[in-house]
Amino acid sequence: MTNIAIIDYGMGNLRSVAKAFEHVAPQAQVRITHNRHDILAADRVVFPGQGSIRDCMRELAHAELIDVVQDAARNKPFLGLCLGPQALLDFSEENGGVECLKILPGRVVWFGELLDPASGERLKVPHMGWNQVHQVRDHLLWKGIPQDSRFYFVHSYYLQPTDEALTVGQSQYGFHFTVAIARDNLFAVQFHPEKSAQAGLRLLANFINWNP
Amino acid sequence: MGLAKRIIPCLDVDRGRVVKGVRFVEIRDAGDPVEIARRYDQEGADEITFLDITASSDDRETMVHVVEQVASEVFIPLTVGGGIRTLDDVRRMLNAGADKVSINTAAIHRPEFVREAAERFGNQCIVVAIDAKSVQQTGDTPRWEIFTHGGRRPTGIDAIAWAQRMAEYGAGEILLTSMDRDGTKSGFDLELTRAISEAVSIPVIASGGVGTLDHLADGVLFGKADAVLAASIFHFAEYTIEQAKRHMQARGIEVRL
Repeated sequence: MTNIAIIDYGMGNLRSVAKAFEHVAPQAQVRITHNRHDILAADRVVFPGQGSIRDCMRELAHAELIDVVQDAARNKPFLGLCLGPQALLDFSEENGGVECLKILPGRVVWFGELLDPASGERLKVPHMGWNQVHQVRDHLLWKGIPQDSRFYFVHSYYLQPTDEALTVGQSQYGFHFTVAIARDNLFAVQFHPEKSAQAGLRLLANFINWNP
Repeated sequence: MGLAKRIIPCLDVDRGRVVKGVRFVEIRDAGDPVEIARRYDQEGADEITFLDITASSDDRETMVHVVEQVASEVFIPLTVGGGIRTLDDVRRMLNAGADKVSINTAAIHRPEFVREAAERFGNQCIVVAIDAKSVQQTGDTPRWEIFTHGGRRPTGIDAIAWAQRMAEYGAGEILLTSMDRDGTKSGFDLELTRAISEAVSIPVIASGGVGTLDHLADGVLFGKADAVLAASIFHFAEYTIEQAKRHMQARGIEVRL
């Protein structure tokens, strides 16, 4: 029986994430936790997040979970969601500039004033709603998910990894940008699989069955 | 290839049952919220909005349970509005499984509440609902004001200025309802929708007045809405969400199918 820890550091709706995992893996033990021993003992770790990066980093430090997250991200199947992948990079422009976990090389950048290249009209920020995700590299977590499936997004900052090889998924909103990154045992997505209907549930199920 | 325009069915919930007011007065029973939400999800709804129209605070707890039940079975974004007045109300709804809360009257009473909620929970989960009504005099330029109490009480606040202020305070999205059109099935107030959508940089959901599938498409094409919300045309099975999406697609709008 697989044991999944969803890291709780006070940011976002973890219940939805837990419910979605319970739905796709009724046999799994799903635990929302801020206890470092639970996280260290888990078979799989989910690192979610919502809100601002400054609060995210502050709450992680406050809960004394930074080293635990870094350890999990190096050693076991690890899934980052929404603000999660942003926190994994070196630095974010949000809140006047915030140093992040530096697990993967790269920055997090504001969308800014975007124009639709086709119509010349202003694009709304946050980038909110269902966008297509182009799988730019094969990965076991994409298994059974049709190319260019739509996932639910809501964010104003986007991932800019330094190493192009980290990008496994891209979307387009005025320009192409990275929405999924992966390396070894780590997979992280800007969108919300727990709110992305069938495609999202499939990705979560793939994570449960993934043995990197 | 890109972001889809969203279709959002809205469920008015009174003491745990889905109802729909016609101009916020007459009420007809339309069913069990979990059952209806599940059907909308299967038909391809992009999000679901619940509007708690329960008057008494004792019955508000019922709404928390409704959200909990729906969130265990339906894996698309859920928004809850109605009676959200304190940071604690926001927290309870988010913990129950809502992804966003919609704030209306409380923002008018104390605009700072929107700023506080956005700072505490993130802009992404704060929707500001605006009920606007035309106050244009003959020969004058178009103007709309914010109304409360189901469109009966004027506030004197200009709708465009208010939308801009709410965006500045951290609202992640605006749910715009035309009180002139709500329940009439005569289509969105496209002029109002376009004016608000062009005045703010955040997404705008058009609401109030949908009677045909063309109305939905018009909201996007002429109203410049990022999402369209409707209630009765879906509840009473006049159209399915899928039919609505196919129709919008046929009119050149990108949708999720």
